[in-house]
Amino acid sequence: MTSAIINRETMEQTPITTALAVRNLSVFFGANEVLKKVSLDIVPRAVTAIIGPSGCGKSTFLRALNRMHELNPEARMTGEIRLFGDDIYARAVEPVIVRRRVGMVFQKSNPFPTMTISENVTVGLRLNGVRDKRLLAERTEQSLRMAALWDEVKDRLNTAAISLSGGQQQRLCIARALAVQPEVLLMDEPASALDQLATSKIEDLILDLKKKYTIVIVTHNMQQAARASDFTAFFYLGELVEFGTTTKIFTSPSQKRTEDYVTGRFG
Amino acid sequence: MTAANHKLRNFKDALMQIVALLCAIIVVTPLVLIFYHLIKLGFSSINWAFFTQLPGPVGEPGGGMGNAIVGTFILLGQAAVIGVPVGVLGGVFLAEYGSPKSSGWIRFAADILNGVPSIVWGLVVYGLVVVPMHGFSALAGGVVLGLMMVPLVMRTTEEVLHLVPAGYREAALALGVSKWKTVLQIVVRTALKGIATGVLLAIARVAGETAPLLFTALGNNIWARSLTQPIAALPLQIFNYAMSPYDEWHRQAWAAALVLLLLVLFINIGVRFLTRDRWKAKI
Amino acid sequence: MESNSEVSLEMLKQKLLTMASHAETAVNEALQALQARDTDLALRVKEKDRVIDHLEVEIDDLVIQLLTRAPLASNLRLVTIAMKISQDLERIGDEATKIAKRARDLAEEPPVKIVLDLPRMARLALDMLKDALDAFVNRDSTAARAVIPRDKEVDGLNKHIHNLLAQHMVEHTDTIARCLHLMVVSKSLERIADHATNVAEDVVYLCEAQDIRHTGMKSQPVLA
Repeated sequence: MTSAIINRETMEQTPITTALAVRNLSVFFGANEVLKKVSLDIVPRAVTAIIGPSGCGKSTFLRALNRMHELNPEARMTGEIRLFGDDIYARAVEPVIVRRRVGMVFQKSNPFPTMTISENVTVGLRLNGVRDKRLLAERTEQSLRMAALWDEVKDRLNTAAISLSGGQQQRLCIARALAVQPEVLLMDEPASALDQLATSKIEDLILDLKKKYTIVIVTHNMQQAARASDFTAFFYLGELVEFGTTTKIFTSPSQKRTEDYVTGRFG
Repeated sequence: MTAANHKLRNFKDALMQIVALLCAIIVVTPLVLIFYHLIKLGFSSINWAFFTQLPGPVGEPGGGMGNAIVGTFILLGQAAVIGVPVGVLGGVFLAEYGSPKSSGWIRFAADILNGVPSIVWGLVVYGLVVVPMHGFSALAGGVVLGLMMVPLVMRTTEEVLHLVPAGYREAALALGVSKWKTVLQIVVRTALKGIATGVLLAIARVAGETAPLLFTALGNNIWARSLTQPIAALPLQIFNYAMSPYDEWHRQAWAAALVLLLLVLFINIGVRFLTRDRWKAKI
Repeated sequence: MESNSEVSLEMLKQKLLTMASHAETAVNEALQALQARDTDLALRVKEKDRVIDHLEVEIDDLVIQLLTRAPLASNLRLVTIAMKISQDLERIGDEATKIAKRARDLAEEPPVKIVLDLPRMARLALDMLKDALDAFVNRDSTAARAVIPRDKEVDGLNKHIHNLLAQHMVEHTDTIARCLHLMVVSKSLERIADHATNVAEDVVYLCEAQDIRHTGMKSQPVLA
């Protein structure tokens, strides 16, 4: 997806090739500065992994990308984030709108327990007013296929969502997020609660999804980052220490702190 | 561990088990005694007439408590109309919207109200409703029972909503669903069974309240015709009949007590049924 | 306290250095056997090559083990070049064995009347190897890069010796067999210098993450 920023004075168009342009992002929880002037560009249709030791701010960073950090009443941010050129923190922009364009999948899968599988997939659409049954059915199949879950559940779409296994539930949550057709998909340690086989399936799924979506994934598992991502950002104590291609970060990082973390000397 | 220690431990274990068993028996005994007495003394008076007829002339055998039973239901219905929306929405506010400070004060107030003696409630509503209306009425009775339900339902609703994992709220919000829709369609819907339980238990609680009804509904011997007139209710009839000098009425009072207890019992059984595990989540 | 993985990496380094020391000794002893016409020493060099071969197998096994732990960054580079360095060292051992064999062959016949600076060539090659290994231990990329151009000198020496021997063979046809043996020795020493160059290139990769093999620009680092 390309769009452009138009300079009002010169009418010059700059094409956007960045999915999310983060500039000097700082996030405060009360007096605590959790993210310190982070700047980076998320590349579209690619997977960017965010790594770092506990408490380095990687989850906070992820949540700032869809304004979910605002759920904490003491949260404050400075800086700018542009989603394909649009300032997501502009005064006129509702967080709800941002979250429809930037979806999120969480560490612990959380399909809604009172709903069936198909109801879970379409909940984002239905609660936003979509009534067309044909559209909902189409979207259900489409999303479940994209999440590599369709074949396993196509015969029981009306059964309880919580009757699925852990790995299936997580893929259901991915389908649910995809059903609203976001442009970017954020994933917060999506496979950390799963066994090895389910984790592999999720990683394969990510590699497949990046053909259409921009994906940002937080992970504490470096092998996962090495396997599944194209770019990697290393955070430490709220700062972005290094950002580059995954191959470079994991074979020859430029920063000593990155080298120390990646070789397991701390964290 | 020596053999002596071993024996001492076993003895202490056995002793504790016996003590626990005794306590359980002590707790259950009053319930058993109550049922036994009510059944023994009231069962004989339970017949079709009891449920369908009006009270007979003073002192004479025959007649029933049909109007009191209907009256109780009418009062509980009104109470629910007041208590459920206000209580549930209040609980939703406390759990989902309130700031820690304001919620704290509201919770405090609700807890105090839960402890207010029911007779005081009766007097308050007497002043608020009966006096301006220049008379006792079913409406006043409904209002007092409803008001008594509010803090109860509010707190149980809040507790149940707190039990809904934060993950569901986050997941819904992350889908771009607005907060109020998230609260109603996701959070409340997930907690619905728990909320229903709280409501039913509150209804069971106020079903047996007598003192507040003395000052509001007053009681009546005829079928209810209008909400602005006094109305009969089981607790009131029990009170009146039991205090009377007539044996026949005493027997009917026992029967009424049994019916009231059975009402409470059925509500509790209903709650158990509703909250049974239908879907077992895979771990 | 060192972590488990750090201990294993240390062990890997130590094994490489042990193997290198054996390889160096083998070359020195082979040259000595040649000059002293000592057939017993030559035989011992051949037998000791088995130790070097064993070490290569041990190192490769250790590398595989370490790889299952999915090392990253500098650890990954260390483990992968360890395998290559061990291979180069094993080849050096083989060249030493070749020299020892020719030494035995030459000892059975009268010496050729020709002055060849084979000891100097050996010295140059072995110094290259030593410097490459020092650079490995000290993670000194500059020192490693400095080794690489010295290969030219050894190549030049080999050509010179080759020419001298060729001329001698033409003039004294009865020495052809013995001159050919000496040519093989010279060639082996030239190969040893090549292997030392490989080790130096591997050390540059370890330190700088730059693969400078097969490029023309070997002496200047790309990153300042």
